[in-house]
Amino acid sequence: MTWSEMQPLLSQACGDTLYMVGWSTLIAVVGGLPLGILLVLTDRGGLLQNVVANKVIGQIVNVARSMPFIILMVALMSFTRWVTGTTIGREAAIVPLAIGAIPFFARLVETAVREVDGGLVEAVQAMGGNTWTVVRKVLIPEALPSLISSTTTTIVALIGYSAMAGTVGAGGLGDLAVRYGYQRFETDLMWITVAILAVVISLIQFAGDYAARALHRRGGRSGPAPRLRLLKAEEPAAADIGKAV
Amino acid sequence: MITTTGLTKVYRSHGRETVALDGVDLHVREGEVYGVIGQSGAGKSSLIRCVNLLERPTSGTVTVDGQDLTALAGRGPRAGRELRRARSRIGMVFQHFNLLSTRTVQDNVELPLEILGKSGKERSRKALELLDLVGLADKARAYPAQLSGGQKQRVGIARALAGDPKVLLSDEATSALDPETTRSILTLLRDLNRQLGLTVLLITHEMDVVKSVCDSAALMEKGRIVESGTVGDLLATPGSRLAAALFPVGGEATGADRTVLDVTFRGEAAAQPVVSRLARTYNIDISILGAAVDTVGGLQVGRMRIELPGRYEDNVVPIGFLREQGLQIDVVGHESATLVKEAAK
Repeated sequence: MTWSEMQPLLSQACGDTLYMVGWSTLIAVVGGLPLGILLVLTDRGGLLQNVVANKVIGQIVNVARSMPFIILMVALMSFTRWVTGTTIGREAAIVPLAIGAIPFFARLVETAVREVDGGLVEAVQAMGGNTWTVVRKVLIPEALPSLISSTTTTIVALIGYSAMAGTVGAGGLGDLAVRYGYQRFETDLMWITVAILAVVISLIQFAGDYAARALHRRGGRSGPAPRLRLLKAEEPAAADIGKAV
Repeated sequence: MITTTGLTKVYRSHGRETVALDGVDLHVREGEVYGVIGQSGAGKSSLIRCVNLLERPTSGTVTVDGQDLTALAGRGPRAGRELRRARSRIGMVFQHFNLLSTRTVQDNVELPLEILGKSGKERSRKALELLDLVGLADKARAYPAQLSGGQKQRVGIARALAGDPKVLLSDEATSALDPETTRSILTLLRDLNRQLGLTVLLITHEMDVVKSVCDSAALMEKGRIVESGTVGDLLATPGSRLAAALFPVGGEATGADRTVLDVTFRGEAAAQPVVSRLARTYNIDISILGAAVDTVGGLQVGRMRIELPGRYEDNVVPIGFLREQGLQIDVVGHESATLVKEAAK
């Protein structure tokens, strides 16, 4: 296969992957952020303590998170058809991707928000702030660097999921690698796909880390920003590349 | 200004009950600095959190500036609108400052004003005014992490004052600071108390804090207030543990047949040559075991531990003489000390 043959395939696949990942990330953030915050608030000792609600939400999140994505995708087919009118194509893939990523992101949000110093919450309460004020003025802004890192992790995970979605007709880089690389033994194309994925993931990770660290620095914390987070975030990324290829 | 009656707080966890407050009656008068001192675990923290209902008392009432806050509390863990409004009129400063790291100093001070729904212009005017008051006008654009501990606490104080409170609660505000910074923060609190007529309730485990700024003090132990009163009254109370702690004098008796007395001088009495007069009048030898002069709650106070020859029974007349001079006498380590206490009541 020559470059001129590969090039349109690759650019189409890249576009599809970014489209799917972009939309599903957006939906995951919009859905997962309130869910994660709710998990913290309803927990024992939280501002909206409600043990039953906490258990129910926690259980749903756990089940949805531990479901293998490929099964989730198949299981959601009728729902996907109801939402988008089809189960094939990049629009259809967004539905299971977003639903799979919401609980994933919610857990990350929960961890990030839990790290916020309880004293700050108490201070805002002492000023006469309500729960919404606490969420808006304390929890989200103080957890923002961690939330950015969580978003990065989610995007990288979604790139991995999107490759699986590709195998059932969603298009994208994963689909390309499987159809040409695996089924037609077009090894060149497969390696180029791998290289593109590696570059894209690195760029996203770099941008995410940069933004998180810049926010940290604005807060003027002394000492280096937590590098550990970077390592943690890269682990699932590596695993997902494996899955994608 | 702040009154609590029969305040109790019981924590329940895993079926075990912990009594943090056990019937606390506290009365803080308008315009005074009131210190509650006690060891950790004595219930001080629960007490101060019950005053603005960050902790809901199990029973009892809290009245601040004539308003019964416990009646506003309502049901459930969330604070209703009325209670939140009442809280905004009570300032609070914390041991660990609790400043938002992502906001500048000015934005931190503006936060309570944002909650009160003030306009941007008004917020920034007020914030700058308060920062000027606490001596940090030049740090408005800095982030908390760029400040020293003392500066952070000044920001905390400025923030606490943003809602024009009549009452300021201080939760171990100086406990994370070094001695010199502690002094400067306490001086600031004292100045604010005088300038703005601010009533200050502070809790601390450091006796020096009470000594340097408080008009009144209470000693807390196991959820109860075991002693309380104005610093002057406490010093005048024979056998007061707070007084002894505020003003410690050391020294042990040199023999069995000796009488050891703690003599407390205040105001006028401090100027009189009582010891030499005592020695001359009764022709006895007096040893001084320990002595100190200091200012406590704005009062010049001296305390001296002296030793007289002979047992307590032999010294009844000289002790009577000292009392006549307007001095406060505590007999150390004698069972009659309790009798003296009874008599004083």
